[in-house]
Amino acid sequence: MGIEVVVEGLTMSFGKQNIWQDVSLTLPAGEVSVMLGPSGTGKTVFLKSLIGLLKPQQGRVLINGVDMVSSPERDIYETRKLFGLMFQDGALFGSMSLFDNIAFPLREHTRKRESEIRRIVMERIELVGLLGAEDKLPGEISGGMRKRAGLARALVLDPQIVLCDEPDSGLDPVRTAYLSQLLIDLNARIDATMLIVTHNLDIAATVPDNMGMFFRRRLVTFGPREVLLTSDEPVVTQFLAGRREGPIGMSEEKDAALLAAEAVDPAGRAAAPGHRPAAGTLPGLPPRAAVTRRRERVLGMLDQLPPAARAAIRDTYARTAGAPTLTMPAPGSGS
Amino acid sequence: MITGALRQTGRLFALAAEVSRAVFRRPFQFREFIEQFWFVASVTILPAALVSIPFGAVIALQVGSLTQQLGAQSFTGGASVLAVIQQASPLIVALLIAGAGGSAICADLGSRKIREELDAMEVMGVSPVQRLVVPRVLATMAVAVLLNGMVSVVGTLGGYFFNIVLQGGTPGAYLSSFSALAQLPDLYISELKALIFGFIAGIVAAYRGLNPRGGPKGVGDAVNQSVVITFMLLFFVNMVLTGIYLQIVPPKGG
Repeated sequence: MGIEVVVEGLTMSFGKQNIWQDVSLTLPAGEVSVMLGPSGTGKTVFLKSLIGLLKPQQGRVLINGVDMVSSPERDIYETRKLFGLMFQDGALFGSMSLFDNIAFPLREHTRKRESEIRRIVMERIELVGLLGAEDKLPGEISGGMRKRAGLARALVLDPQIVLCDEPDSGLDPVRTAYLSQLLIDLNARIDATMLIVTHNLDIAATVPDNMGMFFRRRLVTFGPREVLLTSDEPVVTQFLAGRREGPIGMSEEKDAALLAAEAVDPAGRAAAPGHRPAAGTLPGLPPRAAVTRRRERVLGMLDQLPPAARAAIRDTYARTAGAPTLTMPAPGSGS
Repeated sequence: MITGALRQTGRLFALAAEVSRAVFRRPFQFREFIEQFWFVASVTILPAALVSIPFGAVIALQVGSLTQQLGAQSFTGGASVLAVIQQASPLIVALLIAGAGGSAICADLGSRKIREELDAMEVMGVSPVQRLVVPRVLATMAVAVLLNGMVSVVGTLGGYFFNIVLQGGTPGAYLSSFSALAQLPDLYISELKALIFGFIAGIVAAYRGLNPRGGPKGVGDAVNQSVVITFMLLFFVNMVLTGIYLQIVPPKGG
């Protein structure tokens, strides 16, 4: 079972520029969470802070009692071995073949024999569908393949916490759908805590147990997916609908005059997307252990949630009670 | 402005300290060390030899002409050999290592940094300093020491050739003045200088490579700066080392 990640009062600035402040949330152990937000709101910075690559000025990130912000470097390095981080463009080592890239963590951290390493690496390569490309250099393959290879490398040590930085950017809708299914299947298989940072609405609407959103230097909301999907906060509804009307502008924020003009002229306003069921695992895999845990956790906190979210959660569990595994929803449909 | 410069200096020293500690941390990256050693050696040997011949010649001619005017021609050998071994050789070595090896190291680390390779390495719990920087710094140090030996020999031979053939000096006088003035500590300080200069070249190149500002342009700037900073540090440290040496080691002739 995965490990819980507790974030308390995290504040990050680069020089005088404040990225976000006072971010507090808990990634429940073994569940899949998604962090949304317009481009440039510091989602990637947040991921890198979780793993201790960037040091926020205030706050704590607790993993197994280790604070990734201020614990000694030695503890942080040890804790990082629990992580798998998939970078936005793969971040593969340019001088090594895909095989060596994926084998790198095994060779650094384990004393496995080469035959054993080969078996594990080929298994991961097959998992992400890169069989036959293992001897290529990262410069010789497409961006989507680099991304999948990055994922395979992140998974090779059986991480307890998997962080994905925009798994969909640069991928076509079909591959995005496959990748999000892969992430769900993965969660079923290894039961790791997962956080996916994205602005792809298809991933956001189907994958997560929990959702959060960054906007205007703060965490707008974080909680069970129904809370965000049924939220009537203007930022959230605008983002989920992908329309121009709302507080999000081309350059992060809109001025008041533009907002007022939009309020007068509601033309072109699209309806918010309907509430879609979360994706299940593919048949043949074990059911996700997180599903049961999440159900108990969410039902336990039902009283504290807004009424719309409460209704949506009841609705979800009434519908999925009989069918624990759902088929993959068609990519691009619905929204 | 001043705090900025001080901060950079402090971080440079912090990296130097971190590298010194990480040298002793297992596992030692032997393969990476051999590869880097071979690379640095292969880009510096030929230029170093080609530079040291004319350099030895220039010193021999200059010193020879001066001693001729003073009537101390028989001491040309000793003077020019000392100048080559103590000053010219370590500096030639350091300039070539910084210019040819250090710039390549800086560019390599810098491009890895902006491609997030180093971040990926840290995320996987592998320290880039131990994995990449330590073998590179050790390689520049080792190459510097060995190359210094070669440059000393080639430079001395160059000086000998030009003094005997062009200035009509006598081989006997050249060699006897050499053994009258030169002593073993001259060679020790020369190698010590080369070792320290190799360390400085490696550390500065690694420091600038690990901290490029911005994208590919930043890497180019970092390479440029690493060479300039190394050169400035080299001449300063050389001055200090020479001063200390002249104070604590008694000259043989006196």
